Amino acid sequence: MLKSKVSRRRALQLGAAAAALPLVHIRTAGAAGRLTIGFWDHWVPVGNDAMRKMVAKWEEQTKTEVVIDFITSVGNKNLLTIAAESQARTGHDILAFPTWEVLNNARNLEPVDDVVKRLVAKYGSLDPIMDYLAKSEGVYRAMPTFVGSQNKPCCARFDIFKEQVGLDLREMCPAGETMGPSYDQWTWDTFLVAAEKCHKAGYPFGLPMGTFSDAVDWVGAVFRSNGAQLVDEKGKITVKSDQVKSTLEWFKKLCQYLPGDVYSWDDASNNRSLISGKAALIMNPPSAWATAKKDAPKVAENCWTFPTPAGSQGRYIPYLPYFWGVWSFARNKPAAKELIEWLMQREQVEPLVTAVSGYDLPPFASMANFPVWQNEGPPPGTISNYPTKPSHKVKASIAAVPAPPEVAVQIYNQATMTKMIARVAQSNEPIERVVAWAQGELEGFTR
Amino acid sequence: MSQASIATAQPTAAGYRTGGLHSLMRRRSTIAFLMCLPLLIIILGLVLYPAVYSMWLSMLNRRMTAFVGLNNFTFLLSRDTFQMVVMQSVFFAVTAVVLKAVIGFVLAHLMHNIPSGQQRIWRGLLLVPWVIPLAMSTLGWWWLFDPSYSAINWALTGIGLDPVPWLGATWWARISVILVNTWYGAPFFLIMYLAALKSVPEQLYEAAAIDGASAVQKLIYVTLPMMRNIISITVLFSLIITFANFDIVRILTNGGPQDQTHLFATYAFQVGIQSGDIPLGAAVSLFMFPLLAVFAYFTLRGVTQRSKEQM
Repeated sequence: MLKSKVSRRRALQLGAAAAALPLVHIRTAGAAGRLTIGFWDHWVPVGNDAMRKMVAKWEEQTKTEVVIDFITSVGNKNLLTIAAESQARTGHDILAFPTWEVLNNARNLEPVDDVVKRLVAKYGSLDPIMDYLAKSEGVYRAMPTFVGSQNKPCCARFDIFKEQVGLDLREMCPAGETMGPSYDQWTWDTFLVAAEKCHKAGYPFGLPMGTFSDAVDWVGAVFRSNGAQLVDEKGKITVKSDQVKSTLEWFKKLCQYLPGDVYSWDDASNNRSLISGKAALIMNPPSAWATAKKDAPKVAENCWTFPTPAGSQGRYIPYLPYFWGVWSFARNKPAAKELIEWLMQREQVEPLVTAVSGYDLPPFASMANFPVWQNEGPPPGTISNYPTKPSHKVKASIAAVPAPPEVAVQIYNQATMTKMIARVAQSNEPIERVVAWAQGELEGFTR
Repeated sequence: MSQASIATAQPTAAGYRTGGLHSLMRRRSTIAFLMCLPLLIIILGLVLYPAVYSMWLSMLNRRMTAFVGLNNFTFLLSRDTFQMVVMQSVFFAVTAVVLKAVIGFVLAHLMHNIPSGQQRIWRGLLLVPWVIPLAMSTLGWWWLFDPSYSAINWALTGIGLDPVPWLGATWWARISVILVNTWYGAPFFLIMYLAALKSVPEQLYEAAAIDGASAVQKLIYVTLPMMRNIISITVLFSLIITFANFDIVRILTNGGPQDQTHLFATYAFQVGIQSGDIPLGAAVSLFMFPLLAVFAYFTLRGVTQRSKEQM
């Protein structure tokens, strides 16, 4: 017969100890629950590692187990993930939402007004465009974030501009808080003259006219700054206006001076045109310049980033913000909100923005003074004007605004504006006919 | 008979149950069903459920909060852009399938006439386009067609010709996407037709030769009738796959220029996923389903009838 090695007394002691275990508060990793996050997979390779390390600090502080996935926007994989999780009503607790996706999924997103209010009280107000993109029924459905948020200002070769156009870009938009005296003359008319001169010199502007976002964004800013809106804020179609027609005429003139293949350019084509030394100007975040720094240093050291030109109705800069949202079906909503608020603190934002060489733009104007934008180079201060400053006198623009978001998202993603331009400039269709075509398209969007 | 022997002879209720289950499990139909069950579950979960769900989605409003019947379909039919997408999809699919069938047919005959020892290397080489992941090979084509740095244009200018706007001009863009689809799909036809050719009995050709048939007559009166079933099935399968094509257009043109290369799948993606109108996107993607289903029904019925006649 087998004899037990555990005595009755020992068994009682073990039992009592096991029963008392939950009474002892032992904080280990995961003690405060589990949190799953789907962050945007950063273009800048070090961006993901920096974020992972930053979140690890919070994980350590709060003893929450965090699982991070970095979801790429290449091939719209992030949009597919959002659609799949929204349909299945399961997935990550926190997810990164690009420009239009907060409103597309508003009914499945947890209100984050409390987080937004505390951050606004600490760092100042958000751009009104955030209300447009993230507020549904008066409630913020996601927190505007810095990771992936970008402006698309002009990035030009100042050597070519000085030689061919006679315009000193660094004098007009110096790397400081104030702009030069010639800044007010930086209008779309001046831009057109510069495009013609650079084209004649063999350095055409690298401005896409296809259906990808770089094309839609810059074209949208021109429409907006000329007061040419396709649909007004009440959803009324306003495409048959003099402003739209004159803007199309302006584009027809400009397209003569652009490379003939811009209608099929994607979001990388304009970058390549700058990096290869073929283009005098593109409108893009500093990623093109950053790549040139590695691959074409001679080009990079002659690049300067500066605000967009002004039109009759003001100066608008293409802006594409990202948001962090918490699903209404998330399992750990309190921890999700806590992490978002923690990550949006200046102490966390600054090192993360610095790690990606200033590519990301915080949503608060009070954070536009990180030294990274002054320090990056060569040339020194080349991206100083990438974040907007009061002296720029610019407003953030998203193509198709002020149309109601459910209409604007269709105008944006179906590239109605660039298609109108292609019909006018590439297919030589009369402007009246193109406007009539657009009217038909917009009627479909506003059904 | 004693009480004891009667008790032994009568089985218990439990015994009946065991015997019933045992005999049920021994039936061939039960075994066949059980062996098919994993496949049935996969088809139900991954084919039938998504298909029914997408049909349901296509009948909801934009916010997916109300049933709207066939409104999404009638709305689509009233749109110029969608009518253009229908025309383009039909043009793309029919042209690409015809080209693939003709090229596959010619290549299969050429291959069939190569001595069998040397066939393997050629077969392997010609199958390369079909075995490379389509997204990757299309990227290769995109580099060849690249608007600014096209390798083909570089070669054209090298011999004094003008560069071609492969992806920037309407008809060139349409030709480009059809060309890539044909390049990718022709090997499938080749391998199917080659297998069909190898199954044609040699005696039929010998008999035709004795009757004085020319090469063309042999092709028309022997080869084609013997290949009819495989041609029908291959064309049907390819037509369905080609109508559903996404990768090529998405990578090469994104539907442009001016929507002139959009297919059902790319347009459905733009409307449903990118523009946040999933029901309308589902309606776009389901639009060809009834037409293709009818086409498939008649094609397969023809194949079945011919098979019965041959038996």
